[in-house]
Amino acid sequence: MKNSILQKKRRTFIKQTTLATTGILSATLPVRSFANVLDNKKLKLALVGCGGRGSGAAVNALTADDQVELVAMADVFKDRIDSSLRAITEHFDGKKKIKVKDKNKFDGFNGYKKAIDEADVVILTTPPGFRPYHFEYAINQNKHVFMEKPVATDPVGVRKVLDMAKIAKEKRLNVVVGLQRHYEKKYTTLYNKVAEGAIGKITSGQVYWNDGGVWVKQRQAGQSELEYQMRNWYYFNWICGDHILEQHIHNIDVANWFIGSYPKSAQGMGGRQTRTGKEYGEIFDHHYVEFNYNNGAVISSQCRHQKGCDSKVDEVLQGTAGKVEMGSGLMSDINGGELYRYPYKLGEEANPYQVEHDELFKSIRSNGVIGDAENGAKSTLSAIMGRMATYSGKTVTWEEALNSNHQLMPAEVDWSTTPPSLPDENGLYEIPTPGVTKFST
Amino acid sequence: MSSKKYIFFILFLFSGLEFGFTQEKSYQIELPGTTQGLEMIFIEGGTFTIGSPSFEKGRQEDESPQKLIKVKSFWMASTETTWNLYQHFVDRDIDENYLEKQDNALISLDIDAISGATTPYVDMSFGMGTDDFPAIGMTQKAAVQFTKWLSALTGNFYRLPTEAEWEYACRAGTQTAYSHGDDSSDLDQYAWYENNSQGKYQKVGQMRPNSWGLYDMHGNVAEWTLDQYEPGIYKKLNKLKWNKPSKTYPKSVRGGSWMDNELELRSAARRGSNPQWKMRDPQLPKSEWWHTDAPFVGFRIIRPYETPSQKEQEIFWTTK
Repeated sequence: MKNSILQKKRRTFIKQTTLATTGILSATLPVRSFANVLDNKKLKLALVGCGGRGSGAAVNALTADDQVELVAMADVFKDRIDSSLRAITEHFDGKKKIKVKDKNKFDGFNGYKKAIDEADVVILTTPPGFRPYHFEYAINQNKHVFMEKPVATDPVGVRKVLDMAKIAKEKRLNVVVGLQRHYEKKYTTLYNKVAEGAIGKITSGQVYWNDGGVWVKQRQAGQSELEYQMRNWYYFNWICGDHILEQHIHNIDVANWFIGSYPKSAQGMGGRQTRTGKEYGEIFDHHYVEFNYNNGAVISSQCRHQKGCDSKVDEVLQGTAGKVEMGSGLMSDINGGELYRYPYKLGEEANPYQVEHDELFKSIRSNGVIGDAENGAKSTLSAIMGRMATYSGKTVTWEEALNSNHQLMPAEVDWSTTPPSLPDENGLYEIPTPGVTKFST
Repeated sequence: MSSKKYIFFILFLFSGLEFGFTQEKSYQIELPGTTQGLEMIFIEGGTFTIGSPSFEKGRQEDESPQKLIKVKSFWMASTETTWNLYQHFVDRDIDENYLEKQDNALISLDIDAISGATTPYVDMSFGMGTDDFPAIGMTQKAAVQFTKWLSALTGNFYRLPTEAEWEYACRAGTQTAYSHGDDSSDLDQYAWYENNSQGKYQKVGQMRPNSWGLYDMHGNVAEWTLDQYEPGIYKKLNKLKWNKPSKTYPKSVRGGSWMDNELELRSAARRGSNPQWKMRDPQLPKSEWWHTDAPFVGFRIIRPYETPSQKEQEIFWTTK
């Protein structure tokens, strides 16, 4: 348990107990002051996955707590480690000392282990396919975790995260998942009102992530197929999971959160109509899914990556007594009359990407336990279910998805690994075909 | 008139195209490869007083000292740049059409060498609509780059207005708080702002234009200028035509927006950009191209009557 703060906590606890039993301090100091003994400990941070989001998350973590120090970085690509470290250093502009020793920069597929070993708190922000394995290692090494969504790309990975979520809880490790709407005041305010029954029982909803799509990285001369896929990861399912998972999980997760359960089944349709070039790998450019919940609620979910169409990223829920629109923050009664509007003030709202780290470190300091991993895994599975439904054209139940042996991600990856999807002689990848594509169950 | 000149004149009359000389009238930019157009209004150069008098309601210190400024002739887009147009710059899907224009071009640029905006991670219209709605949330650098791209595409020199040019065009010869007068209660006919916007931007060109034919100079979206925002800059603003940015923040934005109150819409009102406009950008480095937290800022383009030298062009197209 090298570098573990658990060990320190336990020692502190024993010391506190001894003091408390003497009855001297306990009478005069509030309990909180004992927890404060932890407050000055320097927390070592490791960043695993040094892309734009990972680097941003590292800044959030370093901003959340004065006594956090970035000590180790890991990424498959050395150039990403270097550019990330440069960006983080520039961000703090000398106001915070950023020093990561050269020996603590780990490239390659297995560098994550060594980076995690060095730290108390780890940020897991590689492409999602790797997450279950990184999370498993971090929890086994007793680390607190911030990890980005989604937390897996296949059911096998989801189950691993669910197992580790339990262990994390037992070990009292904090795990925050970057479904940052849970840390956004507008959402938590609306959630509380809905939970109090402001719109009655939720019966239906529509969730959207429709826009023009994201970046694409062109194949470079001399790249191996594996390196190309790792650079252009968004378009390969074993590492990305398709945009219904990678982005749209945010919106599906909001529906789950507000309804208070996970879908019992999903059926839908999807395809690839405008984004057909080989640089777009194997993912669809649109999905439409109906999610059915145990309480009878039905959520229509649509996500589209097509240029020139209407854009909409939002969640709307209807209840027996009204409706809530998350984007505008408007809650209305059954006749359309305004019940409540969230008083959004541009520039005065807390940044949820910062809040999620503030909460994480606050919880670590106060010996609390945040356990986001279970919901992260279940919302991940919800979106995977949607993908299984659109790829196959069949209804998929929660149990089928949860127990499926469908595995996209190899358990071990190194530079000799052959990616699960390979291009044909024209550079094109096999595209899932509804009615034909099947999943092992 | 000599016969040679006469033939030239006839050619001029019968041609809808622009030749290697400029016309002192408004015209339409036709964007090759699209149905998109943009009306460019000819603005005759002149002298005007920048800033506001001390008695103007809502007047801020950065609007002084008032100064007599000379502005050269230019064309200005009658409307703010829409998503329809801006998206072509983001997607770079009509670049191949630019070669057709090169014969008549006043300027020549390699369109492939112009850097393009990255695809944003979030829907930058925030669900407020895209068809005929103003593009928003681009950085000033992105807006500047758009003008360079448009120049390469069309063969004419386009850029952002300087603060002085912007205010000259906004005032349209007036010295009142708004181009229609001092009474803010008339704003409802001319501008989208806090009181009538219903919490979102609106399609461009729906309200009454100012007397020079420019729409939405007050309100709808605030508009980028070329200048670094500096409160006391008017003191120096005679020798200096514009305040060339030496740093990213703050840059000057004018006209107020759908989120602002009537005082922030005044012709003289100024605002500086700041890093908070990227607060919720979860990436590091934060995007050079998008402001995640500025759904109120857009821009409109101008074209100077006299096309500057190639060297000067680059100065206008280079920003921090």
